Parts: sequence; C-alpha cells; structure tokens
Amino acid sequence: MGLRRGHHAKPLEWLAEKLIFVVSLSAILVVFLIFVFIGREALPVLFGRMNTALVQKTIPVEQMDKLNPAQLQDYLGLTKEQFASMDRDTLKELMSLKIESSSESSTDKDASINTTQWRYLLRPHQWSGYDAPQFIWQPVSTIPKYNIVPLIIGSLKVTMVALIFAVPLALGAAIYVSQLARPRVRELAKPVIELLAGIPSVVLGFFALIVMATVLQRISGSQSRLNALCAGIALGFSVIPVVFSIAEDALTSVPRSYVQAALALGASKWKAASQVVLPAAVPGVFAAVALGFGRAIGETMIVLMASGNASVVSWNFFDSTRTITATIAAELGEVVFGSAHYRILFLIGVLLFIVTFLTNMTADIVMNRLKIRMEGKR
Amino acid sequence: MAETTLPKITVALATQPAGTPTSLIEVQDLSLSYGAAQALKSISLGIGEKVVTAFIGPSGCGKSTLLRCFNRMNDLIDNVRIQGSVKIAQQDIYSQEVDVIELRKRVGMVFQKSNPFPKSIFENVAYGLRLQGITRNSQLAAAVEESLRQAALWEEVKDRLHTSGLGLSGGQQQRLCIARAIAIKPEIILMDEPASALDPIATTRVEELILDLKKDYTIVIVTHNMQQAARISDFTAFFYLGELVEYGTTSKIFTNPAKKQTEDYVTGRFG
Amino acid sequence: MTSAGTTTHANDFTGKKGRRFRAARIDWASLLGTGATGLATLLIVAILGIILGNIFINGLPHVSWRFVSTGTATDMFDVNKAGILPMIFGTTARVILMTLFVLPMGVLTAIYLTEYARIHSPFTRIIRGAVNNLAGVPSIVFGLFGAGFFVHFIGRGMDSALQSGGAIVWGQPALIWASATLAVMTLPVVIIATEESLRAIPQGLREASLALGASKLETIIKIVLPQAVPGIMTGAILAISRAAGEVAPILFTGAAYYMRDLPSSLHDQFMDLGYHVFILSTQSPNVDKTRPLLYATVLVLLCLTFMLNIVAIFVRAKMRKKARMLH
Repeated sequence: MGLRRGHHAKPLEWLAEKLIFVVSLSAILVVFLIFVFIGREALPVLFGRMNTALVQKTIPVEQMDKLNPAQLQDYLGLTKEQFASMDRDTLKELMSLKIESSSESSTDKDASINTTQWRYLLRPHQWSGYDAPQFIWQPVSTIPKYNIVPLIIGSLKVTMVALIFAVPLALGAAIYVSQLARPRVRELAKPVIELLAGIPSVVLGFFALIVMATVLQRISGSQSRLNALCAGIALGFSVIPVVFSIAEDALTSVPRSYVQAALALGASKWKAASQVVLPAAVPGVFAAVALGFGRAIGETMIVLMASGNASVVSWNFFDSTRTITATIAAELGEVVFGSAHYRILFLIGVLLFIVTFLTNMTADIVMNRLKIRMEGKR
Repeated sequence: MAETTLPKITVALATQPAGTPTSLIEVQDLSLSYGAAQALKSISLGIGEKVVTAFIGPSGCGKSTLLRCFNRMNDLIDNVRIQGSVKIAQQDIYSQEVDVIELRKRVGMVFQKSNPFPKSIFENVAYGLRLQGITRNSQLAAAVEESLRQAALWEEVKDRLHTSGLGLSGGQQQRLCIARAIAIKPEIILMDEPASALDPIATTRVEELILDLKKDYTIVIVTHNMQQAARISDFTAFFYLGELVEYGTTSKIFTNPAKKQTEDYVTGRFG
Repeated sequence: MTSAGTTTHANDFTGKKGRRFRAARIDWASLLGTGATGLATLLIVAILGIILGNIFINGLPHVSWRFVSTGTATDMFDVNKAGILPMIFGTTARVILMTLFVLPMGVLTAIYLTEYARIHSPFTRIIRGAVNNLAGVPSIVFGLFGAGFFVHFIGRGMDSALQSGGAIVWGQPALIWASATLAVMTLPVVIIATEESLRAIPQGLREASLALGASKLETIIKIVLPQAVPGIMTGAILAISRAAGEVAPILFTGAAYYMRDLPSSLHDQFMDLGYHVFILSTQSPNVDKTRPLLYATVLVLLCLTFMLNIVAIFVRAKMRKKARMLH
C-alpha cells in the first residue's frame, strides 16, 4: 500500500498551508513570466513579421473595400482603438496620404527595404549617402537602421577591458587573502574588499565620468574623454568584488590537509598556494571569472554614463562606444510601444538575457561538479 | 472521518512474544522498499508490553528502518512503499483513519544523535506538552520536573532550567531528549542507538535509565552493541539483510540461539 | 653515541652557530608571488579608499541638515538652495514598498520549495533552475520587463477597465510599478537566501519535533523559522541595500527628474537619489556649478547603502556564531 499524509489538519492549519502554496505558485509564475514576456515582445522581429520599409506595396484608394477590416487596419498601421474611432472618409484620407508619402520617398533607393530583416541586423549594408558598406545603428532617422553589430562589439570591448583589469587584481588578492596573509590581515581585507560590492553602479559611473575620465584623458591624450577604456576600468571596479569573493571561497574550500602536506614537505606558503591550492581550485576560479563576465556584460549605469554612447564599429579602446545595455537604457524612454524600434530593443534584451543565462549556467555546472568532487574526496 | 485513538491495554506481560494476540506491537509480513532497494523482507513479530526489546544486527540490516515504521517516521522519505501490516494495540497504524500526529504522541522516539531544540532546558521538555495545549505554567512546571526526575537529569539541571539545552554535555543532552520524549507520556518509546555517540560513563547512565523506565513504558531499542542488548533487554530480535533471522528471549538468543547465523553474530564471528 | 659516518648534507643541521636551518638561496619565486598578490590586495583597497575618499572629501562640506531635510527649491542646481528630501523620500518609499511585496512572497516560496516540495521531482528542479538564473539577469532587462509588462500591459489594462474617457492614470511610470519591478528583481535573491538559511537547520531538529507529535506546519513555525530568521533578515537587508542603489530598473518605471510635490499616491512618479545622481551627472547645463551638489547627493546615497550593508554583515556574523553552537 502507498503512504498518505495521514494527518487531518485543523482548519486554520489547512488554510495556512494552502496560502503557502498559492503564494509560492504566484511567485513561481512571475519567475517564468519574465522569460515569456520578454521573448514575446521580441518575437515579431525574430520571425520577420515586422516591416519598416518606407515604401510598401500600396493599395489604390478605390480598392479599399477589397480589404477586410483587419487587413485595412494592419495596412494603415493603426491600433484597434484608433481604427475603431475613424469613419470611412478618414480612412480614405489615410490611404491617399499613404500613397503620397510612398511616392515621395521612393527616390531613396533604400526606401523599400524592410530594415528589420536579419540581414540588416547583422551584416553591413551600403546605405544611400555612404561610400562603403557599414554597420550602422541609427533607429531615429527616416530610414531606421537597426544593425546590432556595433552594440555587440561595444559590449564586448568594455567587458574585455573590465576583465583584463579586474581579473588579475581580484585573483591575486584572492590568493593572497586566502592563502598567504596572516589571519588578522585576512579578517580585515575580506570585508573591506566586499565593501566595494556595496557601491551602487550609478556611483561608480559618476566617479568614472567626473573624476577618472579627466585623469585618463590627461594621461593618454585621447580624443574622446568618455571611451571604452574609461568605462571598462570603472566596470572593472564593480567586477572585482564578484571575482574576488567567489575565487576566495573556492581557494579556501580546498582542504587544509593539502596545504599542510605541502608545508610539511618544506614548501613555502606561496609554493603551496600556487602549486597545490590553485590547481585544485581551478573550477571555482573559472566560475568566478565567468560570473564576472556576466556581471560586466550586463551592467548598465556605468557604461551609460562613461562610455560616450557613440555606436561605431571600432576596436580602438580610446574611442567612444556604446553597449547593448546603454542602448536599451537610453532609448527605451522614447520608443513607441509596439513599434519596430521597441521590439528590437527587446530583441537585444533577449540576446543579453541569453548570454547571461548561458554564462550563469556554465558557472553553476562547474561549481556543482566542484562540490561533488570536494565532497567525494572528503 | 473520525480519528480513532489507540485504546490502552492492560494485559499480562507477554512471555511468548511472537504473534500472540497480547502483543502490543504486532508486525505481520511487513516489507518495505525505498524505490528499487528492498530494506525489509516479510517481517513478522510481536512486541510485548512493558518490556525492553532489542533489535540487533550488522549495519544496514534494516533494524532502524523497522523501528521507524512504528511511529511512521518513514513517511518522511520519498519513494517508500510498504506491504503488510503493523498493528499497535490491534489498530493498523497505516490505515486511512489513523492520524499520524496522534500516533506519534503515543509512540515516542529518541534518536541516535541527540537533537535538543535550541531552546532552554525547560522549553525543550515542555515542547510536547505545549503541543497538546497545556499552557498553564504550574502544570508545565510539574510535568517538566517529573520527566526530568524520571530521566535522572533533575538534580543536575534543576538550577539552570532556563539556560540553553545546547549547553549540556553529550550524555546530558541525550537524557534531556529522553525526558522530552517521556514528558508526553507515550505508551511506547523507540530508541535508535541512543548511546552510540556517548562515552562509557554516559552510556551506563542511559542504560540504567532504560531499566528504570521499563516499569512504565514499553521500550524498543536498536543497538549495534551486543553486550548492551544482553545487559538491558528482555527480548532480542536478530536481523540480517532485511530479514528477521531469530527472535526470542535475550537469554536464549545469547546463550542458546536456534540458528547458526545468530550464533555467529552474537559470538562475534562476523558483523 | 656511536661514531656514525660523517656524512654531510646540503643543509647541515649541526653546522656552526647561526647557520642552522638557513636556506642556501633566496626563493625569488615565492617573494615575487607573495609580493605581487599582496600588491594586488593593496591596490584594490587603495582604489576603494580613493573612491570613497574622493566622494567624502568633496561631498561632506556640502551636506547639511538643510540639504537633507528640504525639498527642491527654485534652483535645483545651486548647492546652497537645493535640498534632496524628495529624493530620500522617493528612494525610501520605493524600497519599503518593494520589501512589502517581495518579503512575504520570497519567504513563503522558499518555505514551499524547502519543506513541502518533493526534493527530487524534475518540476522542483526546473523551478530552482529558473530562480537561480533569474538572480543573474542584468538589471536593465528587469527595466524592460517592468516597462513592457507593468506599465504598459497591466497599467493600460487597468486604465481601460477602471478609467473612463481614455484617461491614463495607471498606464504610465508610477511608484507602484517601480516597486513591483524591483520586487521581481530581488525575488530570486530573497528566495535563495531564505532557502539557504532553511537548509542550514539540521534535519534532526525537524525529526525531533515531528516525533513528538507536531504537525509539519507547527514544526516549521515553532522550530524551523525562528532559527532561520537571522539568515532571512540578512538576505532581505542585502537585497534592500542593492535595490536602494539601483537605477536601471526605475528609469522607465517611475523615476522622475523633477516633481514639485512629494508623491501622494501609488500612481504618482517619484524622485530618487540614484536617478538624481545620474541626471545631474549627464544632463546638467553647468558641470562645475553642479559638482558640489552632485558630490553631496552621492555621499548621502552611499551612506544609505553602506548603513544597510553593515547592518546585514552584523546580523550575519551573529548568526554564524549562533549556528556554531547548534552543531
């Protein structure tokens, strides 16, 4: 026979437990809702259902009645409420206006391009007025250009600077604090470095913008005051505590017996640390760097304030640059809800989400394997 | 659905434990498996009232699992399947009508690793009483004192009843757990290797306590220490790999066992 | 002593006085390694010191009682006249509202996941996976979610249901939406922190309580939760201090640059310390003039978040001491 709960709860208890279930269920639903909603908003672009071409196949006014209401609403680009509130004459007006505007703009050779197609999002294109094919992100213009390559490069640039700056420092400090320092120093240094994590990113962005940018410009003599280097270093400040705490944890959880064995054989603390502890802690260190990467690429305020926000394709660290996060932050306030621009912003949001999701999952798997190994050895 | 309470039984001490209608706990053809692994195979025995019954056998033989069937603590584990029946005072404890909470108030348990609550000594013992709705301080104080006396702990803690239970030594903590269990006056006390984590002196005190308690309670004790079983139990059941190999009076099991396997175990040839 | 052979070893123990246990050569590698890593530590501490010092030195002279207790005067950029009370109020209001949303939801969900849900079912594992991943999602993505879901979807929906004549009351950035967005952002953090503190409680305690005839709920309320409260509080306070400094999620869900009055209802916008810092840094007409104001505001924001952090660390330390007693 199977086993049942075997307990008849008093009414108050039963109510309390049902409450727990209901609240948990709604929290869990919210968690999944986020994934679903963001994807949903980006979906029309993903499936190529948005069309921003200026010149679209126009329908003569006389043929207005050949379309059913839904098609007509779609053709004219109206919302449900707007469509419902218009009478037949207004609709006719709109149709002739559409024919007029399309004939006006048909001089531009790019007017008939649907700029939200994947081809234009990812590959360079020679737009009218330019000499060569370029990657251009310029959503606010007659012909909106949504190439996301400059943004991706911007994010990667800034993240690289941050990691190159932060990882050696944080790892070095982690090794020192966890293996080499005296206990008193350890007790002081650890919370102090973790205090760095308590500084809000807007404050770091402020510091980069007001203080660091000037200093850096004086040192490097670069043209743009706000650039990838400046933002990257400030980003590094916020990455250091992340990498430090996880790496330090990983180093400290290497069993003391290994260290003692090495020391008993005459190794110095440094040798024990670098030759015994560090190799044993590699998965944890890897996870730390991965999480640092995730943090850097997802950070918004610092880059919004300190990177200069010019969306150009350039690997020069002294150039002003723009990241995915800064783009969303800068432009979401001005988009029309439901427009192509809006949806593309959600699209790059989805991209960001996927990248951080994969990064975190990798770090998780690595940490879990590490835990299993450690517990097995103990 | 009416909850049935376990009727109190006043019968003569059972002398022939196996399967007589006077057994307090009667197990018939009990099989238990965790997922694919079978932990108990067709166990049948009867446990008498107000005696000490010991379950012995090597690690993993199922003695603790069987013990935990008596107060349905195995319910807490996922994937447990049970066949057969366990009757306490002729009531099938796995039937739909039985409220497991009530069952656990009548069948108490003391664990291998002492687990006093992070509360004061007084509150530890009073916990079970409060669960039953007793809140008057005078009543609680009297019951707590009685339990602590019965557990032979009163003299040592009477002046610090309101200090944390975690501040006691290992042996004292285990006696505190015993006091906590008997405070609600269960009919049966199940003990899962209660002295295995204690030093020899503490162990002796717990054993003396058990001999004292059997005047009022039915005790079933799981132990891997055969000498302990020989010292304190009236009846002994020997388990091996999930099966009940032999069950009888302690003197018989240890001096003249019927099965060779039993003899090998009690003489230390294996296990 | 027997006359053993006189074999000498490289590091002769019985060498002349003053030469015992001395290494033959200097261990450069260890020196360098220790030095470099020690330098790294020092550098990080120095960076922290420079940032905090710079803010402190430049900001302290301009922080006055008037500054933190009055509202925005006519000239928001003049440090002698401006006050940041509305920003402090706005930040506090949204943080309190967020806590009211997230604490019950997070704690109850964690209780369900730890105490009631079947441990090994794939369903539970998917939920845990989703929660863990959400904890690492960038804050701007939550801003996207808040703007698209709360403001537009729910807000406009409420308006078409409750308001007449196409009035937009809820379908725009508002205090309630910003708080809801922050609640969603900190939900995973609270769930994880609560779960960890629940799991830290040894199973033996639960078993002891159940064996005495307590029901599962009674065990949770009387034994488990009281032990877990310090851990829950630590997680909550850390979440709060992180949320207090976040700006990205509230950019489009409720923060406003200038409001004449304090927000009086849930559908009003609000001013915010972090947002103010952002605007002042990037959009002020005269950078030199607003500099002192900026520093002062940053200092106040830092004090707020640090205070919360320190409280959390204090509670966590106390909790660790108590936990050591349990085992």
